Amino acid sequence: MKFDRNSNIYTFIFTIILVSVVGILLASAYTFFKPFHENNIRQEKMTDLLYTIGLDKQKLAEVAKAKGLNLSYKLIEQYFEKYFVKQIALNEKGEEVEGIKAFDVDLKTEIKKPASEQVYPLFIAEKDGKTYYVIPLYGKGLWDDIWGYLALEPDLRTIAGVKFGHKGETPGLGAEITSKWFEDRFIGEKLFDEQGNFVGLDLVKNLEDKANKDDHKVDAISGSTLTCNGVEEMINERVKHYEVYFKKLKNQKNK
Amino acid sequence: MASKKQREILLDPLFENNPITVQVLGICSALAVTVKLMPAVVMALSVMVVLGFSNVIISLIRNYIPMRIRIIVQLVVIASLVILVDLFLKAFAYDVSKQLSVFVGLIITNCIVMGRLEAFAMDNKPWASFLDGIGNGAGYGLILIIVAFFRELFGSGTLFNIKVIPDWFYQHGYMDNGMMLMPAMALITVGIIIWVQRSLMPGLTEKE
Repeated sequence: MKFDRNSNIYTFIFTIILVSVVGILLASAYTFFKPFHENNIRQEKMTDLLYTIGLDKQKLAEVAKAKGLNLSYKLIEQYFEKYFVKQIALNEKGEEVEGIKAFDVDLKTEIKKPASEQVYPLFIAEKDGKTYYVIPLYGKGLWDDIWGYLALEPDLRTIAGVKFGHKGETPGLGAEITSKWFEDRFIGEKLFDEQGNFVGLDLVKNLEDKANKDDHKVDAISGSTLTCNGVEEMINERVKHYEVYFKKLKNQKNK
Repeated sequence: MASKKQREILLDPLFENNPITVQVLGICSALAVTVKLMPAVVMALSVMVVLGFSNVIISLIRNYIPMRIRIIVQLVVIASLVILVDLFLKAFAYDVSKQLSVFVGLIITNCIVMGRLEAFAMDNKPWASFLDGIGNGAGYGLILIIVAFFRELFGSGTLFNIKVIPDWFYQHGYMDNGMMLMPAMALITVGIIIWVQRSLMPGLTEKE
């Protein structure tokens, strides 16, 4: 049978067949790959969270090796469960919201809601007898979204570690916020004053006298002012919501 | 194995008819993903896969494609292959796929792919089309990797994220050249490659 390749009917039939074949193919491919994607995303979140309390992938791999194991997804999950003893979510008044796990909170959608309707996820980790409080962050960089995790020492003021991530900052400039040398600058800086009032961080370029600088200042990256401003804003905006809860915790401890 | 003609189809685009340096196609992505070697290599492989298979598919159905919508059909084929590659990378090379971000998706708009489909696969047999696709993909990838090599070496002092410039240099005042990380320097690097290639292959220079 011979078709007229230029007739309208042939064109229609061809399109319908092509689109159905492609549609079925892509839909099944997506379903097939989906569990792998979800695992990757979960694993990344767990490794980032572990990183903030001083357990980077290398250290975990060494620990695993000592036991004769390879660092796999399952193992990371085990370590995560081991160190992160509690996951809670708070409301604006600093009260715990029942039934929400911090890990499952999607900050990207959460930050679009008004402050009073948001939940504020908080991870509580225990390592070597010390309790760390890890706050997830989300904000805007220069080109696209940036996010991160920030761990506080048991004194609820000092930063124990941070981990940043970004979607599309300039490679070599803004994208450097995910580098260890930048993240290490935050360690030991203070977000709250001694009374537990929120002070925040200030990212400054060309910081003079680095040895005697203010505890609330961090040396920024030259050439990526807007990304660094985004980081500063993200930290200050997110962390201030935890002030009430942290004050409560302090009062409980002092009693 | 391969006849002389087939070898030509495969190897021509590597040098004499390189899609980037001779045809000057696909520049956009060449600027974007050449900051580091790793993403450049993955991008090169992705383009090779997409180009090779879309060439085969189009060549197989070339006698059935209605002429009036052939460009759309080509686009559908390319787009589906690109989505498959993207899904694959996200599943098994998550870190690299994050670095490549949108650029895997943008293979769809890479002029080389559409150009080869329209110019070659529409009138050639599947095997020849496959070789043509792989050859052009490799030609594109080759330039990408050369550019990425220089940009990563001088821009970050690393290769595949491993430090290659010794600390001694830094202690004596050497600094990584931040300019190399900007897209403009990729264009200049490509320009230099074109210059070198043309002086080595006089046949490419236009007569005045």
